[in-house]
Amino acid sequence: MSGYPPEMQESIRLVEATRPRRLKETFPTMTLEEREAILKAYHPDYKDETFRAIRVGVSKGQRMPLELADIVEGRPHIGPDFDLSDPIAETDVLVIGGGGAGVSAALLAQENGAKVILVTKLRLGDANTMMAQGGIQAADRPNDSPAIHYLDVIGGGHFTNIPELVEALVTDAPFVIQWLEELGMMFDKEPDGTMVEAHGGGTSRRRMHSARDYTGAEIMRVLRDEARNREPDITVIEFSPAIELVLDDKRQIAGAVVMNLETGAKGYIKAKAVILATGGGGRLHYQGFPTTNHYGATADGVVLAYRVGAPLGYLESMQYHPTGAAFPEQILGLLVTEKVRGLGAQVVNKYGDQFVYPLEPRDVESAAFIRECARGNGVVTPTGQPGVWLDSPMIDIIHGPGTIQRALPAMVRQFARFGIDITKEPMLVYPTLHYQNGGVRLKADGSTEIPGLYIAGEVSAGVHGHNRLMGNSLLEILVFGRRSGRSAALWAHQARPGTPTLAHLEKWNRELEEMGVDTEVVSPILLPDYTRHQ
Amino acid sequence: MTEQQENLIPVFIMGKQYMVPAGLTIMKAMEYAGYKLVRGAGCRGGFCGACATVYRIQGDPKLYFGLACQTVVQPNMYLAQLPFFPARRATYNTTQLEPTPTTLFGLYPELLRCLGCGTCTKACPQQIDVRAYMAAGMRGDIARMADLSFDCIMCGLCAARCPAEEAQYNIAILARRLYGRYLAPRSKHLEDRLEEIRNGKFDAEIQALKNMSVDELKARYRARDIEPGD
Repeated sequence: MSGYPPEMQESIRLVEATRPRRLKETFPTMTLEEREAILKAYHPDYKDETFRAIRVGVSKGQRMPLELADIVEGRPHIGPDFDLSDPIAETDVLVIGGGGAGVSAALLAQENGAKVILVTKLRLGDANTMMAQGGIQAADRPNDSPAIHYLDVIGGGHFTNIPELVEALVTDAPFVIQWLEELGMMFDKEPDGTMVEAHGGGTSRRRMHSARDYTGAEIMRVLRDEARNREPDITVIEFSPAIELVLDDKRQIAGAVVMNLETGAKGYIKAKAVILATGGGGRLHYQGFPTTNHYGATADGVVLAYRVGAPLGYLESMQYHPTGAAFPEQILGLLVTEKVRGLGAQVVNKYGDQFVYPLEPRDVESAAFIRECARGNGVVTPTGQPGVWLDSPMIDIIHGPGTIQRALPAMVRQFARFGIDITKEPMLVYPTLHYQNGGVRLKADGSTEIPGLYIAGEVSAGVHGHNRLMGNSLLEILVFGRRSGRSAALWAHQARPGTPTLAHLEKWNRELEEMGVDTEVVSPILLPDYTRHQ
Repeated sequence: MTEQQENLIPVFIMGKQYMVPAGLTIMKAMEYAGYKLVRGAGCRGGFCGACATVYRIQGDPKLYFGLACQTVVQPNMYLAQLPFFPARRATYNTTQLEPTPTTLFGLYPELLRCLGCGTCTKACPQQIDVRAYMAAGMRGDIARMADLSFDCIMCGLCAARCPAEEAQYNIAILARRLYGRYLAPRSKHLEDRLEEIRNGKFDAEIQALKNMSVDELKARYRARDIEPGD
């Protein structure tokens, strides 16, 4: 019995009818000019009324989504008079965030001789890393090169990426794959050891390494296991997000104030270097979009870094993943990995016709889905959610029966829970809020404008320009996690700490007042509130 | 909203009754009931294992297991979350291990105490045959244990139910790491590429790209040849 209601099944019949014809069809790709036109007309980043400029701080005037601007301009959880005289812990390097970026940073800091404390909001490994399915890019096949990877990255990012960061990303990539293998990660391989590598949107070579469709989960559980092997050099404190960074009287980083999420107790952790790896902000649900993101993705790091004066960038662009689940309602917005299209599944409208090349860069692909639904060619679910079909059964027809089960076990399982067999029926998809392209401005060694403050991963800005390609976020967190970990340890060894102070909060509060920002918002917000208020 | 309210069903969260809309997942039902989750919510997408849940349906003695973010509520469901389980994990240095049965048994001697009862398999929300991978482990078959356990999200439900007090998921990740590091075939093309990068083979080309104007980059980008899919 199908999990789809009868009216959706009717459309599925049309998808099945056009399938034999479509197996021989390739929809043409867009030119750069066509891409630009469709983005301007349909991409959520171009809805001007959903953005505004921030009024305070070093990046005053920068545009960002309304929801983000509100928390960036928020009030601190603590006052400038919070007592820093009696730290609850002291360390060389404090890592904030327990995802792939934070844990790889902790490992490299420890390897470079630093004592490390890692604090994280939920459990170690509760992060978007864990949910990344499709893969990780690295140019390691003979017909590929880091230079070709470079060109794909910068073209996908609309030529706005920071060149030094792209260079770091593509050059470190093969070393990251080797590092993961040495840690014991299981990549998909041929019997002779050749990596199984697929395309992703916007790639000109097959360079997507995978571990079934649990790529991020496999990376995360290996890194987490390794971090636990290195206790007590690496001490992990869970359910303790940072609520404020601390500087010293020389404007260097001096640690952070953390809060025990269960007891509410706040305490100062003194550190010579801090690595901010707090991820993105999908749980702010910009423009009301559902999200693929983890429960804790509330843009905390942007708020924390900005209050101590680190400049922001690229926050006027967010990534909407084209294939979020649009049905059933229970998994609305859940990520359907791009690997489905990488394996050959086409995207079709309610009549079973293709309307876009399946592997355009994500922003372009998303805009095309939104346009198709706006034209009335989408399927509308019983709850009113529009979507287009992702024709997954094609994969088994192209590659042989059993491919979907073998290559996409997580996806098969997700939909089977709701009576949908994706080896036989297509999935209904619609763009979902996926990734924060921008954030805190990053330098190639993982450093920021604040001495002693390092960053890595989704919280940072510049690597991907205004659009990230699939498989470059798992890569980014490890490239810059490792770089920031190493840099932070080196900094800590020669640091000359001054006297810790929260004077920047006095300045912040004064600036809010001077600019007439009258807000009730206390930030970082730490968790979204999904409880029903009666 | 009124339409939904007609469809309210009773569920019991840790013994207390709430009326929630039919069709919600357990996690969304708890939030509907007013719980702001701290423990027991993670990725909300079935990957992280934070929301392991044990439940029973009124009148049915059987215990059921699932992830709160992936399981839809049923009328008269009694549920409790298990967001943390105090399982033992061994500490080891992977660079100094050998991929042998002795390593598995040495770090986890309790592996050999497995009764083969299969309670773990029944509890697994991922439908992994936990008993089968434990059996592979007892035979010292690291590759098989790694393969069978691959989809594990380490939620801990198997360990919570095990009468032999195994921490199956911790043993399984050791097997997978041993397999990945020592037993999986190496990639020659990867090693070749690392050597080329170390020798600076691509440095000049990347420097040139870094110095290019946007117009030049656009021309190069347009002229890319795209490798066929397969």
